[in-house]
Amino acid sequence: MRDFLLPIMTIAWKDVLLELRTKDVVTSVLMFALLAMVTFNFAFDPSPAVIALVAPGILWVAFTFAGILGFNRSFTLEKENGSLDGLLLCPVSRDVIYFGKLLGVFTFMLVMEAVLLPFFAVLYNLPVLDLKLLLLAALATLGFAGVGTLFSAMAVNTRSREIMLPVLLLPVASPVVIAAVESTRAILEGAPWGEIGRWWGLLIAFDMIFLIVSSFVFGSTLEE
Amino acid sequence: MTAPAIAVTALTKTFSVRPVLRGLDLAVVPGQRYVLFGGNGSGKTTLLKCIAGLARPDEGAIAIAGLDTRRQGPAARRAIGFAGHDPLLYQDLTGLENLRFYGRMFQVDGLEDRIGAVADQLDASRFLNARVRTLSHGMRKRLSLCRALLHDPPVLLLDEPETGLDEEALALLDRVLAEGAGQRTVLMATHGLERGLAQADAVGILSGGRIAYQAQAKGLDAGAFRQTYHGYLGAAP
Repeated sequence: MRDFLLPIMTIAWKDVLLELRTKDVVTSVLMFALLAMVTFNFAFDPSPAVIALVAPGILWVAFTFAGILGFNRSFTLEKENGSLDGLLLCPVSRDVIYFGKLLGVFTFMLVMEAVLLPFFAVLYNLPVLDLKLLLLAALATLGFAGVGTLFSAMAVNTRSREIMLPVLLLPVASPVVIAAVESTRAILEGAPWGEIGRWWGLLIAFDMIFLIVSSFVFGSTLEE
Repeated sequence: MTAPAIAVTALTKTFSVRPVLRGLDLAVVPGQRYVLFGGNGSGKTTLLKCIAGLARPDEGAIAIAGLDTRRQGPAARRAIGFAGHDPLLYQDLTGLENLRFYGRMFQVDGLEDRIGAVADQLDASRFLNARVRTLSHGMRKRLSLCRALLHDPPVLLLDEPETGLDEEALALLDRVLAEGAGQRTVLMATHGLERGLAQADAVGILSGGRIAYQAQAKGLDAGAFRQTYHGYLGAAP
């Protein structure tokens, strides 16, 4: 177990350290997400009925596109000076590298969401400090980061990786985004657990299937 | 009978439609320093990448100290140190942070002491705390060699290690290779005939996707070998 967990933590910590050092992704991603939220706030009439209808979509559009920026950067950094080859030389199985990269991206997205949620609450006057909403954010982010990590590893070797990643990722990740939006709407409306639960079931199934499948195929996307 | 430190059998590798390695066989005995010569595009780097697990062979098998690199990949990679054209270092981390990262990935015991030892060996201690981005090519190359030696691998793969190194660094590299003589297996690809012959226990020439020529270095006539080598350089890659 130590042989499995220690390298995962080491890879994730390295990614966090690199981000703390450069702050490349945090700055651009937060700016993008804030800009999206503010723009939508001016685009719609901020009446309670309209907000209830559009706010969940705005929130997850901001998270989704900000996440894509983060995924791109995560593997571009590895590609610089062939550091990705350095990872592949390490005496760990390829799924360990996958989970390490995933943990780094997942941590980054959670931090980003923790910063953005209060802005969202203020801009749209919505109660976001709800345990169900926070759990939902973690669940949806895990699934999105799971497929995002796999597809950014695929896209990093292509010539137009910034375009290729969303083209590959968004169709596959659409069940997560839809479930997250619907579930957020249900939570904010105070819907019964039955209505929220069916979306959570979809998210849990998606997370499990894609984490397992991605960890298996990740290695073959990296080797020449 | 001891298993070869590096055993490559019928290795084939094609990029798009261009075959680079065509059924290549190679055996390097434990402790041997095998120097591989070959022209540009002959497949030296591809061979080393396949052995290191960075490229997937189309056909054939590779074993490191008896460990199959496909089925026992992590265990085989633990036995390998690799220094190639790129330093494989994170530019926004310091040399020390890079070595700590790789040391933890290889679960090196007594990591801080080991980092100090390899950095001293390659005279890299004075710039360990600088970010890699700020270092010269030669300094990065030294750090890259520190990274490759950090876990004290029994097999060392070097791809044109002399590129970008000044005379002092080359002397240090020669010393490192000499200190490991008879214990550490080295497979080195190079264009430098004199330096390669001076380091080698055995030499090979890669041409036409195969080891076209190999010989023990002891007693090898340098002039005759040079002629042989140039003959293969003229042949199609």
